[in-house]
Amino acid sequence: MDWDWNFVQEIMPTLIQGVKITILATVLGSILAAIVGLAIALARRSPHRLVSRSVGWFAEFIRGTPLLVQLYFIFYVLPDIGILLPPLVAGVIGLGLHYGTYTAEVYRAGIDNVPRGQWEAAKACNLGGRHTWTHIILPQAIPPMIPALANYFIAMFKETPLLSAITVLELMNQAKIVANSSYRYMEPMTLVGAFFLIISLCSVVLLRWLEHRYGKIER
Amino acid sequence: MQVMPGEKLALIGPSGSGKTTILRILMTLEKIDGGHIQVDGEQLYHMERNGQLMPADERHLAKMRQKIGMVFQLFNLFPHKCVIDNVTLAPMLTKGVTRVAAEKRAMELLDMVGLADKAKAMPAQLSGGQKQRVAIARALALSPKIMLFDEITSALDPELVEEVLNVMRKLAAETDMTMLLVTHEMGFAHDFADRVLFFDRGRIFEEGKPDEIFRHPKQERTQSFLKKIIAAGHRV
Repeated sequence: MDWDWNFVQEIMPTLIQGVKITILATVLGSILAAIVGLAIALARRSPHRLVSRSVGWFAEFIRGTPLLVQLYFIFYVLPDIGILLPPLVAGVIGLGLHYGTYTAEVYRAGIDNVPRGQWEAAKACNLGGRHTWTHIILPQAIPPMIPALANYFIAMFKETPLLSAITVLELMNQAKIVANSSYRYMEPMTLVGAFFLIISLCSVVLLRWLEHRYGKIER
Repeated sequence: MQVMPGEKLALIGPSGSGKTTILRILMTLEKIDGGHIQVDGEQLYHMERNGQLMPADERHLAKMRQKIGMVFQLFNLFPHKCVIDNVTLAPMLTKGVTRVAAEKRAMELLDMVGLADKAKAMPAQLSGGQKQRVAIARALALSPKIMLFDEITSALDPELVEEVLNVMRKLAAETDMTMLLVTHEMGFAHDFADRVLFFDRGRIFEEGKPDEIFRHPKQERTQSFLKKIIAAGHRV
């Protein structure tokens, strides 16, 4: 089988549509994962045992089951109880929840790394709980963990082909569709790989820069 | 143990003797197992409800904390905020002071501690002595009635100790705040304090005027502690 540049040219616009959706799903999924992770990390520190325990179990449950199963559940099972979600929305929720349980651990480590003296100084300044979190603890905890978070977001990016299982028209799904209709797999699949590789490599450069910029905080 | 308004108190004693714990309890950084503490005529860890004393809730503790400020051994400046923001943050957040007013007051305080020119510097750019002077200004910005100083020169290089102690002398001369000072600087404690408490094994072992404690300690344990301190190079 020979490599057909004409075919490549023909399918390129479709694949680029897919790339856009892939990137959109990753960006939205990352934002959701960042929020979910913070919420889980804060809830697990709650003085109310019921809250911290149940959120802890929920996170373990999500982390212990495959993302693909969760995606099927959100997209195909939830409609049975009346929750009907568009594919992309279901996919973003799946990615955000799943990776949120991982980013929660990053947040936990970042928060634990803020010295106890900072909590005590906040108390001595009579700052309340909310102000202590928003002005003292999180601004110190988050910058050093940006590289670790970005790592998870890159990992998430490479898992977005799973969204093709719930009919999201992302890169992999578009490639499958053109491949199935033309019976040519080599060009679409090679291009999928190439797209992922190029974007991953760019992300790695960005990650190195983030590490350099935020990796350590001066005390 | 009682402290009078405006009194300057030095708490001395071997490490682990409970002197720092007293300050931490007053700042509500530690829980108490029992007993009662009154600050400025009000219960610190208890509040009155229908004539009965109940454990204090967070609101009561926050109200009581307004009366007290603390300076720590390791400064504990907020490293992500510049010097003046360290000083203005709490007044703006907890007292609703406007930024303009908070910064005006902060500049006065920074001037007092001799760091007005460092207002925009980050804590990481300062020496230990400068950090501690900022920490003093930060605590003063909330205008507490009582200031707690927890070994504030112990983490400093020897040549930086004096600049912090000079600020303390100025502070003692200019204000009538009540001050509790945990220190190993016996010479400074002698000049600074109205009264000295010697702690050992969690109890106040001996107390009196600085001259009595430092020149004529009655208890044998106080004598041997001071001897060890002098042998370690601290002047009395």
